[in-house]
Amino acid sequence: MIEARGLRKSFGAHRAVDDVSFIARDGEITGLLGPNGAGKTTTLRMLYTLMRPDAGAVLIDGRDALLEPLAVRRLLGVLPDSRGLYKRLTARENIQYFAALHAMAPAEARAHADALIETLGMQDIAERPTGGFSQGERVKTAIARALVHGPRNVLLDEPTNGLDVTATRSLREFLRGLRASGRCILLSTHLMQEVAALCDRIVIIANGRVVADGTADEVRKIAGEQNLEEAFVKLIGAATMGNVL
Amino acid sequence: MSPAFTVFIKECRESLRERRVLINSLLVGPLIGPVLVLVLMRLVVGREVEKAERALPVVVIGAERAPELIGALHQMGLRQLPAVSDPERAVREQRIDLALRVPPDFGAAWRSGRPAQVELIYDSSRREAQGDVERVRAMLESYSRRSSALRLLARGIAPAIATPLLVASRDAATPQARGALLFAMLPYMLVLTMFIGGLWLAIDSTAGERERLSLEPLLINPVPRDRILLGKLLATAAFSLASLTLGLLAFLWAGHFMPTEELGLSLALGPHFFAVALPMLVPLVLLIGITQILIAAFARSVREAQTYLGLAQLVPLIPSVVLSLLPVKAQLWMYAVPLLGQQLAIMRLLRAEAVPGIALGLSALMTLLAVLGVFLLARRVYNSERLAITV
Repeated sequence: MIEARGLRKSFGAHRAVDDVSFIARDGEITGLLGPNGAGKTTTLRMLYTLMRPDAGAVLIDGRDALLEPLAVRRLLGVLPDSRGLYKRLTARENIQYFAALHAMAPAEARAHADALIETLGMQDIAERPTGGFSQGERVKTAIARALVHGPRNVLLDEPTNGLDVTATRSLREFLRGLRASGRCILLSTHLMQEVAALCDRIVIIANGRVVADGTADEVRKIAGEQNLEEAFVKLIGAATMGNVL
Repeated sequence: MSPAFTVFIKECRESLRERRVLINSLLVGPLIGPVLVLVLMRLVVGREVEKAERALPVVVIGAERAPELIGALHQMGLRQLPAVSDPERAVREQRIDLALRVPPDFGAAWRSGRPAQVELIYDSSRREAQGDVERVRAMLESYSRRSSALRLLARGIAPAIATPLLVASRDAATPQARGALLFAMLPYMLVLTMFIGGLWLAIDSTAGERERLSLEPLLINPVPRDRILLGKLLATAAFSLASLTLGLLAFLWAGHFMPTEELGLSLALGPHFFAVALPMLVPLVLLIGITQILIAAFARSVREAQTYLGLAQLVPLIPSVVLSLLPVKAQLWMYAVPLLGQQLAIMRLLRAEAVPGIALGLSALMTLLAVLGVFLLARRVYNSERLAITV
């Protein structure tokens, strides 16, 4: 379980995240939805301990990320906004490097890598240097290395960015599989369709604030709109207007 | 396996697959020093030999007034050039280097036994002409001494009477010492070799990883950042050390081709030099590596890091230049200064002089303390929030 409590973060005078609170539960896919620049990436970076919040707290499975950052990182699998691979290393070497950094023994690391390579359908590319990979192959490798230590909680920053239709579909299937195994999944996106197709709960964020939090039905009710996309536009529009005024 | 070792292994494996790294660390770095020194020595040898044997062309005005003098100068290597009308102006305008003028009353003075004057016209601000001026002056003085001895003998006086004081110059520089002077640049060449050896890894450790967007995923792993820094330092130092080892071997090999005999020098570039210099330079390898990493961590891009480090590699030139211009006597405290201490010790080794154990110990200790200091600074940069963020 991932819990954000009153998170705030400013860069100079700019308030990137302003009092964000929400909960992502186990066995659910939670979507952090918002337009570009709404504060999604900054929020996620605080959740996975890369950034320190100016105020507020992050709890992962009940453990405080500010007090125990290393322990919390072991509980998390993260696909960050930056997903660069080491292009002189093969996909397997990329994955096993992160396994070793998680203090896994070589045999265990290899077994975990094998399992992920199979699940993600990477058998053909596992032993190739990642330098020549397509966008889809790179994302698969980045996901495999993020999950090699078998984390209970999975954070993904715009996971389908730059993927074609087939790759997007297989990624969604993979995430549903993770949900079925009882994991807590939190992903950020600026795409309405993504949320509608995948998420159990939606947290809409605009100008660094949470403007709606609930299931698709609840979000529609809050906005007073029948169509989810209309609801989204209305909610973020209201937040933007409020900021301008 | 400790995380620092994991990072070390990965950095080495990745770098060994990068052709740029192999060329720089294992080819350019090791060869740059020996090749530069060889070329430099060949040039110096060529010029020295040429200078000493070459005929010296000098404009002579009024040569007909002193045929005997001019004849003697010819024998000593002077080549007479035709007179010019205004030698002072010609020298000032740099049309000629120097001129020798025999005044009209020379003959009369010479015959009557009074000091006969000749004039040497030159521009003392032109350094490249100094050597020629000195040669002509020495020829004239030698002729003067010879003539005075002959005159004294003609009057039945022993010439020794007119030489109450005889200054004998004995050059105390051993052949090895003269070689080391020429070699004042060699320590810097070794520093440059270490610098080039670890350059790519140091840049890649932060600026490179950030540019390729792999730094953020790396730092999300449950590993304290100073362990990652340590692993990267060890990998940088390993390549730097490999470069240095090959560089030292290249120097030993190049020693056979160095024209040391033509210059009357010998340099102690033997196995002993290798065996002492290599372990002595290991702390410096670490210091250079961590400094490179620190500097590169400030840069926002690989290109910027290359610019900073390009400037930084000129800094070790300072002690080299100072030592070659002001050949100071090595004091013990100088060995406590990282970089300076190692340079002094290398120059002593080249002269086949022993370096005191206490000096070596002091140098190693202070350099390792400096490594620790820079490491702590680099750790602060690594722990800053902005390090991983690509804006």
